[in-house]
Amino acid sequence: MIRPDKSLLYYPRMPATWWLRKWSYFLFIVREFSSLFIAAYLVLFLVQLYQLGNGAAAYSTFTNSLKSPGWIVFHAVVLVFAVYHSVTWFYTTSIVIPLRIGGKEIPRAAFTAINIAAWIAVSAVVFGLYLLQ
Amino acid sequence: MPEPTITLNVSRYRPPDERVPTSQVYTIPYRPDWVVLDALNYIKDQVDGSLSFRWSCRMGVCGSCGMMINGEAKLTCSVFLRDYHPREILVEPLENFPVIKDLVIDMSDFLDKLKIVKPWIIRETEKPTSEGEYLQTPEEMDAYMGFSACINCLLCYAACPIFGVETDFIGPAALALGYRYNQDSRDEGSNMRWNVINDHHGTWQCTFVGECSVVCPKDVDPAAAIQRLKVDTAKHWIRSVLLPWGKRA
Ligand code: SF4
Ligand code: FES
Repeated sequence: MIRPDKSLLYYPRMPATWWLRKWSYFLFIVREFSSLFIAAYLVLFLVQLYQLGNGAAAYSTFTNSLKSPGWIVFHAVVLVFAVYHSVTWFYTTSIVIPLRIGGKEIPRAAFTAINIAAWIAVSAVVFGLYLLQ
Repeated sequence: MPEPTITLNVSRYRPPDERVPTSQVYTIPYRPDWVVLDALNYIKDQVDGSLSFRWSCRMGVCGSCGMMINGEAKLTCSVFLRDYHPREILVEPLENFPVIKDLVIDMSDFLDKLKIVKPWIIRETEKPTSEGEYLQTPEEMDAYMGFSACINCLLCYAACPIFGVETDFIGPAALALGYRYNQDSRDEGSNMRWNVINDHHGTWQCTFVGECSVVCPKDVDPAAAIQRLKVDTAKHWIRSVLLPWGKRA
């Protein structure tokens, strides 16, 4: 293979703002950053478990503190990112694990819809159990 | 009535005189049945013979005419002027590659990567011709057929920001071809591809932006191939570490 003279090549540089150039790139970055919000929530969840180990009084003081407007906003923001992350995750699953019925691969959108329906059903059961407690 | 015209704003790079690309504007007759490649050939033949670009088949087969058209990676023989007229068309070399001249990119790095993926059928032992062909069921063909349509046009590399940031990434087309041969029931060479596929610059560098599959003119779906390679690589790792006696399934 004949290779060009490297000293004469022009090497383009990727601008730091590449993720603003296309909507799909922007959505990708949002999906990546959504992990940070989910990680932040998990830290809070670990603290919650820790407080559970400290006894009923400590736990209820902690959960009461979560009722402040700041924490409610935090949970709402995390929920939005968690839902977005989960939906993209289900879509990814349909690509990674093609589902075949009768030898034919079912459309990815249908597989994603099945996953999301199952997710909503499980969430509804968990919410129902919470209401019943 | 004056003849309708269309304007192409074309990236020029003429080393050693120029060390950074510039742009040149050409206003040429507008023909709705022309593709962008026809317009570039008109410029080369009638206006400015110094303009350099690659092309060959003019029918979306050879994969050599890929360029950025208004910022999107396209085969210039497959996009019509009428899709842009009366707007100006910005023509640039494929993104993320070094530029040799004007619209011609250096693809030698890709060709090196392609070679190390070993995109051909590898047999441990060849069966004698007297025993006939290697037969496949329709299902066995389905497993790889969609991934075998690659024309090495490199649009997927131009659309991949991960490759733009980290040019050592083996990238969509080469990995998709690795997957295609790993999936082929006639192939016995997947063990020889794992070290490349599983390398830091292999599948794991992909963070699944997914644009490679969007721009692919042959619907190869390299993003799916790479995600499935991740699963296969993980299974391969489990087999090789936890079950050292394990063989390829
Ligand atoms: S995978 Fe598609 S976009 Fe990438 S080189 Fe092959 S044909 Fe072109
Ligand atoms: S000229 Fe061959 S693909 Fe465009």
